[in-house]
Amino acid sequence: MNFKHKYVFLFPGLFVLIGILIFPIIFVVRLSLSGWNSYNGLNFIGLENYIRLFTDDPRFWQSFLRLSFLSVTTVILQYVIGFALAHMVWKDIKFQRFFRVLFLIPMMTTPVIMTVIWRTFFHESLGPVNDILSNFGMSPKWLTDPVLAKFTVIVVEVWQWTPFMFLLLLAGLLSLPKEPFLAAAIDGASPVRKFIYVTFPLMAPISIGAIIIRLIEASKIMDTVYVLTSGGPGTATETSSFYIFIKGLREFQMGYAASMSFTYLIIMIISLTVIAKVLTKVLLKD
Amino acid sequence: MGKLYKFLKYFFITFWAVFVVAPFLWAISTSFKDFNSVNGGATYIPWVDFEPKLEGWKVLIKSPANGGVDIVEPYFNSLFVTCTASLISIVLGTLSAYALSRFTFKAGFVKNNDITFFFISQRIMPPIVLSIPFFLFLGAINLLDSLIGLIVVYIVLLMPIAVWIMVDFFNKVPREIDETALIDGCNPYQAFFKVVLPNSIPGLIVAGMFCIIFGWIDFFFAFILTFTEVQLLPVKIVALNSSITPWWSLSASALVSVAPLIIVAFIVERYLSKGNLSGAIK
Repeated sequence: MNFKHKYVFLFPGLFVLIGILIFPIIFVVRLSLSGWNSYNGLNFIGLENYIRLFTDDPRFWQSFLRLSFLSVTTVILQYVIGFALAHMVWKDIKFQRFFRVLFLIPMMTTPVIMTVIWRTFFHESLGPVNDILSNFGMSPKWLTDPVLAKFTVIVVEVWQWTPFMFLLLLAGLLSLPKEPFLAAAIDGASPVRKFIYVTFPLMAPISIGAIIIRLIEASKIMDTVYVLTSGGPGTATETSSFYIFIKGLREFQMGYAASMSFTYLIIMIISLTVIAKVLTKVLLKD
Repeated sequence: MGKLYKFLKYFFITFWAVFVVAPFLWAISTSFKDFNSVNGGATYIPWVDFEPKLEGWKVLIKSPANGGVDIVEPYFNSLFVTCTASLISIVLGTLSAYALSRFTFKAGFVKNNDITFFFISQRIMPPIVLSIPFFLFLGAINLLDSLIGLIVVYIVLLMPIAVWIMVDFFNKVPREIDETALIDGCNPYQAFFKVVLPNSIPGLIVAGMFCIIFGWIDFFFAFILTFTEVQLLPVKIVALNSSITPWWSLSASALVSVAPLIIVAFIVERYLSKGNLSGAIK
């Protein structure tokens, strides 16, 4: 069968996407080699922005380290909790559908809007968390202490996105073949051994997929931080995206922001590829 | 062993369920409070801890001139942008996904998988990277602060999701279906629209749900690319947060904003339990 028609199916979508994206991407690269201001537009300054970024801007690299810390921590927590929850509601359990729906709900809520609620929740003097803790004589500064603010961001991110991990892993569990479990049951394997030798290995490819998807999304952490702490106190919760946002769209150093975002994109692509390779090697060793 | 495991299981599930529900309960409780019950420290249960008032909910229907919070227009803006962008993404994404699933493409070293990867990889792009050029471009063609500009940007966000889910779905729809249709004298378009598409409704619904979720919850682009003319819901609520809006009306408007998508959770769970989501992430 000869299908010239195949292009009719493929091209509208492909061209719309490329059409929307190609100029912005070329433009970012061009902009990153330029100084920019609103009255005389672009002026070519070569690699100056990049030299400044690599030699004279510890704040960018700090924010990148912070982003790595936050996204890796939250994704690990989400994976462990999400897997546990998915495993628990996978087989017979009372109110199975109720729990499944309930565990999905946070993902459906707009992160920034829920973060507005979380802000009142963690409020130092008027929020319920400190109200309960005050009975024990404690009143932690959830949003204004450099260390605790990171913790609060992690709590909110875990609340928000564990459901996504849960969804992907539960979908994976539900699609597993039945035979290996029957075999394990006939051999009389204990639940723990069944998990280690049957469920977990079978779930490895799905786990890798889910972790990578979540890492990609987590590496964009920005809205939660913006609403919860505005990067503060100081720069204690500032992530790469947020720093680029400040430079580009608050201080209007567009050229410099473009060079940062291009560098950031390249680092993201490289590190995600490496992480995917390493995970595949570790989890699928045989 | 079995008993302990069962106990831990229910303990953990209950703990997590409480954690999930906590902010909602807090918001519901707060939305019925007034000045005294908020500013005197945390209170929880209406009638016991505080006297419930409807002030927080009343401002939602008042006009801004009378001190109300105008979330009706942002609500419809959000709805319009999300639905339009999702629809366009689903239509274009489904067509492309069908092509990628059924036909072989080869242009130099670029093959089907590479094209699929190109689509999906757009999710890797951090929004901030695109936001600066989009900001300048939309400004240049006068689409900054407009619904159309936002829809264009949201298509980039949503089409990868549609392609991702639909390629996978079409791979599970047996090829024999289209081949039979073609032998019966359909042209490829008839085969697609009359035979394949009706068999793909679960996939379309799942893809649609995901597009709607990720469109509805986006804040970043709406925040950067709109100012005053057009406001989307998340931006509006965050603006309330930074102004002096009292907690009760803030909570009420937040609850109203997140409510519609909770229905989506039920739909997603339905298709999840039927196994329609299973292949999507392999």
